[in-house]
Amino acid sequence: MPKRVETIVLHDTSTPVLGDTQKGGNIVLTSAETLINQARANSLWPLTFGLACCAIEMMASAGSRFDLSRFGSEAFRATPRQADVMIIAGRVSKKMAPVLRQIYDQMPEPKWVISMGACASSGGVYNNYAIVQGADQVVPVDVYVPGCPPSPDALIYGILKLQEKIKRGRSKSFKDLKLIEVNARTLETVEA
Amino acid sequence: MDLIKSVVKPMLAGLGITRERLKRDKITFMYPEEVREQHPRTRWRHVLTRYESGLERCIGCSLCAGACPARCIYVQADENTDDARFSPGERYAVRYEINMLRCIFCGYCQEACPTGAIVLRKDFELANYHREQFVYTKEMLLEPMPIQK
Repeated sequence: MPKRVETIVLHDTSTPVLGDTQKGGNIVLTSAETLINQARANSLWPLTFGLACCAIEMMASAGSRFDLSRFGSEAFRATPRQADVMIIAGRVSKKMAPVLRQIYDQMPEPKWVISMGACASSGGVYNNYAIVQGADQVVPVDVYVPGCPPSPDALIYGILKLQEKIKRGRSKSFKDLKLIEVNARTLETVEA
Repeated sequence: MDLIKSVVKPMLAGLGITRERLKRDKITFMYPEEVREQHPRTRWRHVLTRYESGLERCIGCSLCAGACPARCIYVQADENTDDARFSPGERYAVRYEINMLRCIFCGYCQEACPTGAIVLRKDFELANYHREQFVYTKEMLLEPMPIQK
């Protein structure tokens, strides 16, 4: 006699953001896509790419007061080979732009970019010859976090936005269900 | 005996510090569940305020745009008429746009404003996905109408 199933939690596309707080009975049905997305979203390892004062707030968000590890992002990696998300914290000078691009290229797919602060996102007050007017001229940016610098909770909000985006990602073919070497940009995301 | 003195005792002494620290409260803010109280002078998202009557405070003088070090404010003013009155003064702002990505939240616009129209409040949840979403228009910045009694 099999044990009676009390509740079946069905995961479908109509559920906006899946997982996290859904508690039902003994059985959880989900798609491989959701499972992969959940795993990706909840283990975002950032790359330490502090370029200016925003890096101080980025470090503060990893500290015990704000504790980025609650979202699985505590492992700041100094090598691009082990990082999932690049937090561009600070102004990108024209001299730094090729370095930024090279480090982005060295990160394994799937990868995401958070542009933190006014200077990285748009140049901020540095509207001059030396500063790239927005890091999205060099690398594709997923989440922009305004602020000068953004406080740790504003950065955490940005990371939560990125997690939401990853969880909303929809794969179109079996190729997109691979665990590695998937371009995050091919996964069409559903807007909130 | 020598081992206890040189290894075990210092180890216990060290763990004693850990035990003392365990008694303290946790300092972590559980951010998405509970939002911490911002400091009194925190400057974040701009709001265009109104008078109690519902008229806009902004008179479209562009002093905020002049004071802005990042040049992120754009104001286009127009004349008030008796039929279409938006502010008590002669002029009002037809368009009022702030580029939140350029803005450095220095509060100079708030200082420059002669009528106290633009204020920086404490809503810090501004992150978004696309560049175009960061140009905040007058409709987004303006306070909702006060409830008429």
